Amino acid sequence: MSHTVDNSKRRFLTTAASVVVGGAGAAAVAVPFVFSMLPSAKARAAGAPVEVDISKLEVGQLMTIEWRGKPVWIFNRSLESLQELPALNEQLVDPESDTSSQQPAYCKNENRSIRDNIAVLVGICTHLGCSPTYRPDLAPADLGPEWKGGFFCPCHGSRYDLSGRVFKNMPAPKNLVVPPYHFLGDNRIVVGEDPQGAA
Amino acid sequence: MFSSLMGWVDARFPATKLWEEHLSKYYAPKNFNFWYFFGSLALLVLVMQIVTGIFLTMHYKPDAALAFASVEYIMRDVEWGWLIRYLHSTGASAFFIVVYLHMFRGLIYGSYKQPRELVWLFGMFLYLALMAEAFMGYLLPWGQMSFWGAQVIISLFGAIPFVGDQLALWIRGDFVVADATLNRFFAFHVIAVPLVILGLVVAHIIALHEVGSNNPDGVEIKKLKDKNGIPLDGIPFHPYYSVKDIVGVTVFLFIFSLVLFYAPEMDGWFLEHANFVPANPLKTPLHIAPVWYFTPFYAILRAVPSIAGSSFPGVVAMGLSIVFLFLLPWLDRSPVKSIRYRGIYFRTAIVLFVISFIGLGFLGTQPVTPLYTWLARIFSIIYFAFFILMPIYTKHDNDKPVPERVTFK
Repeated sequence: MSHTVDNSKRRFLTTAASVVVGGAGAAAVAVPFVFSMLPSAKARAAGAPVEVDISKLEVGQLMTIEWRGKPVWIFNRSLESLQELPALNEQLVDPESDTSSQQPAYCKNENRSIRDNIAVLVGICTHLGCSPTYRPDLAPADLGPEWKGGFFCPCHGSRYDLSGRVFKNMPAPKNLVVPPYHFLGDNRIVVGEDPQGAA
Repeated sequence: MFSSLMGWVDARFPATKLWEEHLSKYYAPKNFNFWYFFGSLALLVLVMQIVTGIFLTMHYKPDAALAFASVEYIMRDVEWGWLIRYLHSTGASAFFIVVYLHMFRGLIYGSYKQPRELVWLFGMFLYLALMAEAFMGYLLPWGQMSFWGAQVIISLFGAIPFVGDQLALWIRGDFVVADATLNRFFAFHVIAVPLVILGLVVAHIIALHEVGSNNPDGVEIKKLKDKNGIPLDGIPFHPYYSVKDIVGVTVFLFIFSLVLFYAPEMDGWFLEHANFVPANPLKTPLHIAPVWYFTPFYAILRAVPSIAGSSFPGVVAMGLSIVFLFLLPWLDRSPVKSIRYRGIYFRTAIVLFVISFIGLGFLGTQPVTPLYTWLARIFSIIYFAFFILMPIYTKHDNDKPVPERVTFK
């Protein structure tokens, strides 16, 4: 045993091996704890479709229902107000609803809806999750003379039109989400389920 | 009798050694002024929050269906419950007042500068932990502001590209702020974050006592020592400053009690009006604002418009506004610590910084208007300019000569 041993290299290798093995062990132990904070099976199972009767929804009226814990608005737009909407296109971020995550394919149309007058939107601002306020009044003092009705987020001032399309230069980056929904006959809506044959 | 008992203990645990190192033979500069009350006051409020918090958990229910009612139960039915709860809620705001003054002291006297960089960094981590503690505690009453405040702040994480949605989901533990969120915030608020805070307080004080305290003149008292190795300008912390701090505690408790007994809600500043309405996931209050101590950062968040279809820039700006505070020891290039001997550039910069910080704090409480948005943008630019330009204006400042010894003013 006359040859010399490089002890510092041995020391480094044992330290490195201990750190790698110990680190892997710590990471493995962390997995169950980290995953325990994800939504539980119970939370994932909640969120069944919601069926709503809209026979009493007057023109201009908005109703809020709860779907997956979120507010969903169903509201009845007058034909006059719908005619005003295309004039706003210049001021909007995404007037053609090109961002596919914000509505199902069957609602990528001028009014972002299945029936022209009935709009269904998830009432959560795409900025930071507040619920915007329905402001159907024309040209109110606080929103300015150009206001043609829509939604105003009280938290950070984002504005959306009556189809949930966001205006330019607002904190919110995207249009409001249109949830999957379909009609059952004339007066019933099922929120949370695509129409048969779609998607 | 006592000395032989202490001898027995000291042979097994360094009780006398710790007492001397940190109190009776810890030499602090003799020229501390009233700005030096706020460190010990922060410790006092921390103890108060821990004690009142323990007693609140005996009655509070961390359950979305029961939480709001259990807080009202504490307020109405628990013997002295109202006092313990108001001590805790007023204590939260008092904590931030004391900590902001404590940080401002560090800023004007250059206490963050070499060799106290780690004291400052531990302090900044304490401030971060304190913000997390306050934010999670505010969810627990499960009022409207609790709910929507948490919804907004958790959504901030959702704005991070690619991983944001998953991260926000993981933090909430549900698709919306819900029972799972309340339950885990309770766990963080009552045990996880307080443990971190206590550990950081120990690190903060050990680091401070290693390098020694700064003072209003920014002079290192350890440079000049007498023949016993005691700094010429130093006096033992105990009894000199322990007794002086009692005066500070008395004044603090006097003001604290006035708020506690006569205006515990501070007209919506300490306990917001909307939080007396139970959480309703379907309706955001018409005007939501965080509690006052978060509003400067909230105003910066709102001031930044979304860029390229993403609200992430605002979140980054808000994060950077705190990151820059961490970097302070390395941004300041002046050889002078105290504002007493700083030049006109730094003095002007501090004044502008304070105006913009308070201005942002006010704007963060107000509803959004075009004028206020522009004001918030201007104040945000000043806020960041204070840090970004600091290496330049502190280097070329016309600082005054610093005396050898501390002075009394």
